[in-house]
Amino acid sequence: MNKPTRRNKSMRPKFFTTFFGIAMLFPFFWMISSSLKNSVEAFATPPTLLPKHPTLDNYRHVFQNMDVPRLFLNSISVTLICVFLQLLTSALAGYAFARLNFRFKNVIFMVYLATMMIPLQVIIVPLFIEMRQLNLIDSLVGLGLPSVVTAFGVFLMRQAMLAIPRELEEAAILDGASHIRMFFSIALPLCMPTLAALGILSFMSVWNAYLWPLVVIFSPEKMTLPLALSNLHGENLTDWPMVMAGTTIAVIPIALTYLILQKQIAQSFLTAGLKG
Amino acid sequence: MIQRRSGRAAALFIAPSFIPLLAFFVLPMVAAAVLSFTSWDLLTPPTWIGFGNFKQLIHDKEFLHSLINTLVFIAGYLPIVYILGLSAALALNRKFRGSGALRGIYFLPVITSWVIVALLWKWILNPNGGLMNSALHVIGIQGPGWWTSKDWSMVSVIIPSAWKDLGYVMLLLLAGLQSIPPEYQEAAAIDGASKRQILFKITLPLLTPATFFVLVISLINNFQVFDQIWVMTAGGPEGSTNVVVGEIVRNSFDYGHMGYASALSMVLFLIIMVITGIQLRLQKRWVNYE
Repeated sequence: MNKPTRRNKSMRPKFFTTFFGIAMLFPFFWMISSSLKNSVEAFATPPTLLPKHPTLDNYRHVFQNMDVPRLFLNSISVTLICVFLQLLTSALAGYAFARLNFRFKNVIFMVYLATMMIPLQVIIVPLFIEMRQLNLIDSLVGLGLPSVVTAFGVFLMRQAMLAIPRELEEAAILDGASHIRMFFSIALPLCMPTLAALGILSFMSVWNAYLWPLVVIFSPEKMTLPLALSNLHGENLTDWPMVMAGTTIAVIPIALTYLILQKQIAQSFLTAGLKG
Repeated sequence: MIQRRSGRAAALFIAPSFIPLLAFFVLPMVAAAVLSFTSWDLLTPPTWIGFGNFKQLIHDKEFLHSLINTLVFIAGYLPIVYILGLSAALALNRKFRGSGALRGIYFLPVITSWVIVALLWKWILNPNGGLMNSALHVIGIQGPGWWTSKDWSMVSVIIPSAWKDLGYVMLLLLAGLQSIPPEYQEAAAIDGASKRQILFKITLPLLTPATFFVLVISLINNFQVFDQIWVMTAGGPEGSTNVVVGEIVRNSFDYGHMGYASALSMVLFLIIMVITGIQLRLQKRWVNYE
């Protein structure tokens, strides 16, 4: 093999992707840099790459303008509760469709499959009216309720539970185990990878949601982070350094989590692709 | 194999997801279909008007405009995100030092929420003092008004959308590339095929399943595009970025036209169903499985 020329040739795509990678990252860098500038320097032409006189004033203003701990608490509690319920309900139904025999099984499963194709955007009007009837407008319960189940999750868990070997199940039945016990002691542990992937996807979709919170929440103290950030911008249209400080605060915990779970997160997005 | 009916157990396992599913998906879907035949302002009881809403919407200039805007958005977004995503996937398909980190970087915007992405780019594309125009000014170009100008607003919302989704497209295409057995490319190289020939005659044709999937997912997702546009322009200026979901939200929550908004939802649903139907139909014919 003539190694030197080969290496030379493969340099070009490497250079291209590295350069492009830096370009992809640059908006994040710019966000942080802007958040540390005073309002004169932030708008300066030519722009300064790094703040000449770094200041934390913008962060102080964010904390004055919105109740940051409260927003984090709202986002975290709604997300964690919804993710937990999605995982539990999906795993239970997935088990039933994969391992049990019952009447109308196929019909009921078709309902789940059909529901997978209904986007929130299509049912937003009746869903809002329903929440109004239930007196759940402007409440975290109303915010979370439509996210306690996921038809896609049921589909995903069914696929995983179908792969459990029959022998394990038969041995457990001979031992006199009930379905509940089989679910918790055999099925769930064996489906952990799928459950983790679903958990990550559910987390992303609830944490990042914007349209439903926008429609159902009005009070600042009940907002989630994305809604509060768009609100912060709406009330301070030209104070970009402060808005960038706000987005930085919201990005940092997610970016840190991503650093730790990078492989699993990418894998879970691929798992989501399987449904196609 | 043990065959026995276990109806009681099944009910117990299914009810926790089936009841919310009926309440928050099936019921609203049926309600949307019924409401689309009514006129309703939320204050007085709904009145049945048959196909009135649908007759109105085919002459509704704002709705048609929002439909065209959605198509323009997709037409701008899709080639950018596909070509860049494919380039990244091809470049990162082999391992080299830092390739894992680069994949990670490309994917970082994917997990960032649309609101943050939109705010970030709205600032970069701010006509006064934003990075883009300041940088253009340095090299002697007077930058456009970006999201404040009706000629540039669509471009201004397409750029961040492509930036955010590029990593996901890359990931899907990368998985597709890795499922192609390297023997095909190696055999072609031995037969004297050029790199370009290998790419266009072997790699890309074998990548059609992944490409097809990216296309369908992008179409379905972006007919529903809303978040980033609402944050950046709220459909403006002068309706130049008003998309279908924006029109639904405006009609229902701004004007209180619940029946009419439901009719618009049904049109959106129909479009998504048609794309899904085409996908199911054509998957077997177009896609080049080995």
